[in-house]
Amino acid sequence: MSVLIYTDSADGTLTKNAFEAANYGALLAKKEGKTATAIVLGEASDIDKLGAYGITKVLHVNDAALNNFDPQRNAAIIAQAVTKENASTIIFPHDYSGKATAPMLAARLDAGLVTGAVALPEGNTVRKTVFSGKAFADVEIKTATKIISVLPNSVDKQIGEGSVAVENFSCEIPTTRLTVKEVKKASTELSLTEADIVVSAGRGLKGPENWGMIEELAQELGAATACSRPVADIGWRPHHEHVGQTGIAIRPNLYIAVGISGAIQHLAGVNGSKTIVVINTDPEAPFFKAADYGIVGDAFEVVPKMIAAVKKLKG
Amino acid sequence: MKIIVCISKAPDTTSKIAFTDGNSKFDENGVQFIVNPYDEWYALVRALELKEANGGSVTVLNVGNASNDAIIRKALAIGADDAVRIDTPTQDALFVAKQIANYVKENNADMVLFGKETIDYNGSQVGGMVAALLDMPYVSLASKLDMNGTTATIEREIEGGVEVVETSTPVVLSAAKGMAEARIPNMRGIMAARTKPLNVVAATDATSATEIKSFSLPPAKTGCKYVDADNVEQLIDLLHNEAKAI
Repeated sequence: MSVLIYTDSADGTLTKNAFEAANYGALLAKKEGKTATAIVLGEASDIDKLGAYGITKVLHVNDAALNNFDPQRNAAIIAQAVTKENASTIIFPHDYSGKATAPMLAARLDAGLVTGAVALPEGNTVRKTVFSGKAFADVEIKTATKIISVLPNSVDKQIGEGSVAVENFSCEIPTTRLTVKEVKKASTELSLTEADIVVSAGRGLKGPENWGMIEELAQELGAATACSRPVADIGWRPHHEHVGQTGIAIRPNLYIAVGISGAIQHLAGVNGSKTIVVINTDPEAPFFKAADYGIVGDAFEVVPKMIAAVKKLKG
Repeated sequence: MKIIVCISKAPDTTSKIAFTDGNSKFDENGVQFIVNPYDEWYALVRALELKEANGGSVTVLNVGNASNDAIIRKALAIGADDAVRIDTPTQDALFVAKQIANYVKENNADMVLFGKETIDYNGSQVGGMVAALLDMPYVSLASKLDMNGTTATIEREIEGGVEVVETSTPVVLSAAKGMAEARIPNMRGIMAARTKPLNVVAATDATSATEIKSFSLPPAKTGCKYVDADNVEQLIDLLHNEAKAI
């Protein structure tokens, strides 16, 4: 029996979410006395690194045609790997590729799926976030084959040393009607869902021309930038930066909110962050109730001082 | 083009989240239910825009009991031509997906649209399951959708960018922010919705594969540590040495 982990890649290397899923799968395999096998579709140059995350075996379909993402095709290939490896549990990262592929595999295998897991299973029960991060649900998977997708930044990694045996997996690759025409990467920006630190700002900044200091602070911290919904809606910032209940949900190690009051819908998208810092002129801003650290003060004075202090710290 | 938009019922975004029956059920007491925002704002509105531009029809499909009729009427008021409710208490995502797939198999559609996830269970499951059950291509997290004859050109969100894909119909899509702008139903739409067909059909036999055993709330924050605005260096110091976040 084995635990099979789908480790996705982008631009020729495995994603951060893939390593997290690999580690989750390896910890589960260890707990259940099973083999941790990863499956990689398409070209990836850093497969060896999976060993440090506890993976012992990798099935690699080293076909450049699979560099482009198609969940229908991927689910068909993974289903073949499930049979070959006699996999009892299949793990996905809960990112764009896992979100599309895991449900397709679940329907193919008639298997129970829990998406967005935040902890290892206890028996057949898996904890996941619900109500956009406002609560947890413990969900029992009732089928023999189980599928779990792991929420990014939510399970502590255990990195050690280890090596992997890579096997070229020969499988049937179905033809589908989907073609990828173009991939547009915002290459200079750090992906919001993968970032360890996020600096976010809202209407308190008074206008889009004032975002320079937010971007500078983010750059000094190696952080991604985000914004609140009103700011995206009035066009000060692009929609893909909107975090909150109807935007993107994120769980970075550190979330710094500048000039955001903290409406319940915004909190829903960020309250999984490990440490929250709130900077607001209004001491009554509801965000302070969800914060670990707070400064009641003017962003235009506080943020430049933060930039200077970070520069000093980083020397 | 015949488009089916699958809509789900969800608690309003400002709802207080509490549980009942030994934390095994969501406490619906005093909760206002709405059409799941992703289903309504993006999937339904884009379907209507495509119909307005190219002709065809838009049917909204819901799986649930009669208490869902109010939100189905809302979708009709926004502009869907007709509605179908598969009459059954809902179970898990696979159960719901089997109901929808069965209906689409019997009634055909060129496109089946979903919101990217519901705001209550955040599963993001049903769309992909329906696509697999129907053996159709699936494009999730779509932020832009254009049709040219039977060819759909779609932008989807990926980590740190967007991907442009093309597929022929029939296709299953899940819609994310950017695909359309929310519409507010006007009085004429609300009046018309009362007489539009809402067909109630029987459910198909299916079992669930998962079951929620209990809910819990995240631990409350222990309290905010305030730093004086004149002493910003102390904040950076705390983040570095105490929180070990930078």
